[in-house]
Amino acid sequence: MENKSAKSRWEEKTVRWLEKAPERKQTFTTLSGIEVERLYTEHEAREEWPGEFPYTRGIHPTMYRSRLWTMRQYAGFGSAKETNERFRYLLQQGQSGLSVAFDLPTQIGYDSDDPMAMGEVGKVGVAIDSLQDMEQLFAGIPLDQVSTSMTINAPAAILLAMVIAVGEKQGVRPEQLRGTIQNDILKEYIARGTYIFPPQPSMRLITDIFQYCAEHVPKWNTISISGYHIREAGSTAVQEVAFTLANGIQYVEAALEAGLEVDQFAPRLSFFFNAHNHFFEEIAKFRAARRLWAKIMKHRFHASNERSLQLRFHTQTGGSTLTAQQPDNNIVRVTLQALAAVLGGTQSLHTNARDEALALPTEESARIALRTQQIIAYESGVADTVDPLGGSHYIETLTDQIEQEAEALIKRIDELGGAVHAVEQGFMQREIRRVALETQRKIERGEEVVVGVNKFTLENETQPPLLRVNPAFAKEQIAALKELRATRNQEAVNQALARLKQAAAGTENVMPSILEAVKAYATVGEICNALRAVFGEYKPV
Amino acid sequence: MNRPIRVLIAKPGLDGHDRGALIIAQALRDEGMEVIYTGLRQTPAQIVATAIQEDVDVIGLSCLSGAHNELFPEVVRLLREQQADDIVVVGGGVIPQEDIAYLKEQGVAEVFTSGTTTTETAEFIRRVVKEKGVQA
Repeated sequence: MENKSAKSRWEEKTVRWLEKAPERKQTFTTLSGIEVERLYTEHEAREEWPGEFPYTRGIHPTMYRSRLWTMRQYAGFGSAKETNERFRYLLQQGQSGLSVAFDLPTQIGYDSDDPMAMGEVGKVGVAIDSLQDMEQLFAGIPLDQVSTSMTINAPAAILLAMVIAVGEKQGVRPEQLRGTIQNDILKEYIARGTYIFPPQPSMRLITDIFQYCAEHVPKWNTISISGYHIREAGSTAVQEVAFTLANGIQYVEAALEAGLEVDQFAPRLSFFFNAHNHFFEEIAKFRAARRLWAKIMKHRFHASNERSLQLRFHTQTGGSTLTAQQPDNNIVRVTLQALAAVLGGTQSLHTNARDEALALPTEESARIALRTQQIIAYESGVADTVDPLGGSHYIETLTDQIEQEAEALIKRIDELGGAVHAVEQGFMQREIRRVALETQRKIERGEEVVVGVNKFTLENETQPPLLRVNPAFAKEQIAALKELRATRNQEAVNQALARLKQAAAGTENVMPSILEAVKAYATVGEICNALRAVFGEYKPV
Repeated sequence: MNRPIRVLIAKPGLDGHDRGALIIAQALRDEGMEVIYTGLRQTPAQIVATAIQEDVDVIGLSCLSGAHNELFPEVVRLLREQQADDIVVVGGGVIPQEDIAYLKEQGVAEVFTSGTTTTETAEFIRRVVKEKGVQA
């Protein structure tokens, strides 16, 4: 074969070349440890078309030629009023969807005046105690026109109920609401830490939401199954795909056990991935995840609705890759990561701001992050053809390798009895920890270069001006909360909370009684305490 | 009498980012220290109680949620209140430079931010414990 002989001729020539120009390393690997070859000259041939099973090349036939990805910057700090101002600013600057960051007390179900909330009120996101705060958060933002993503997990049902209630006040019906709740408790146990209840009742809350939304809020994405935080905690790209899809499998199984039909809820499942540093591995990762999920849904769960088979995902650039040193370098990191997400076919994207290794972003930094997406979308031309790297020997080979390795890891989790059991046994936690420690050691030995940190460093750096959350804010929030408790109809709150406990203790769907409690201005802490009384609290392994 | 340095690594507040805390706990163990890790969501009072009960030389506080200015000084204050301020408090996390000065004024011995190597942290702990007169 002529081709073969051409290849061996090239290889012989290269051996001689190497004597003069030895390679920089003995072996090159991706961040998942997949060995990278010198040159890729072939890949396994496949007939794959965008918009068709298994969706490796994208979930839509025309991808960004028809509609660009949603530019959705995660934002929130301090009061609902301040965050509302930042939202309106971002929308004015051309952002196409909202993404709400809540503070930790809200995410863990404590009111702002709870002793556990000390120091945390309004810090990493907006403080929401009651429907009153949520009304302020969305003031002047029409919920039938702007889609809203909320990073909320353990109390997801409560915050969703608040959106429904605010919508009603704006004259928007639940079936018109578009948005996403993260609602992915398994990765909280694995990597993110904002759990409240034990796994079993948590899974029940999730399936209650699936069921309620299928009937009443059909355009809402009921879960965003997240690999993002698994990766941030230190996992490899392969582990990110495997653990995320294993969690996805567990949610599907829980919903089926709760009596739902697969095509009734699966079209509303969405995913959330990280865009990390290894450019080609990340692109291949997104393609592999799509192919693998489509196969799982088709062959394992026999879904037939096309939308049930399509892995739709949001991407955020990798927070843990940002450096506190020479923070402007982060703009370049974010650009490369965002480009990988776009070349991987993401449905929406958050680009991190340059100063996020130091604090929450200033308005200027947040704007540059958004502009980075706009430059990729409107200037670079990368959005003008579908799956531009499809057919590259390297990308296709990496896609196959990641798919195979992730599939093998999912099989191991299956053997442990599924994701819930694997989490309870600490399997994923240990695997991630091991890799995180290895990465740290590689950085300290200089085997992994971090520009500005372990190479190309500067002496005497000065920090840029940072955003500071108003330190008086917590007191104001607590005062407003006390005022609310003094003026609302306490009898209605008590009744609603009592009904919620009853529903939680039985098998009835909890969503209607949570909605009732929210409308009576019961607080996030009060509603979570009612559920804690019935469900208990999770104790980590 | 020689005994290994004992360190309590603690996560005060509600922050769930434990990658750094877990790495530093393991790295200090590899450096020959005895390390206890509290897990997530500890109040300053719980941290101080554990530190006294476990008779540690050093508490390492990790916080990436921005609550450090409230939580770290509270740990120092409670140690003083319980006459346990021979225990050295160090901290780490996402902490702006201008806050580091404040935290040191409040009695935090050192603050290690992103990019610090685990060896540097271990060396600091050895030095400061030695200065305190503990033989290790």
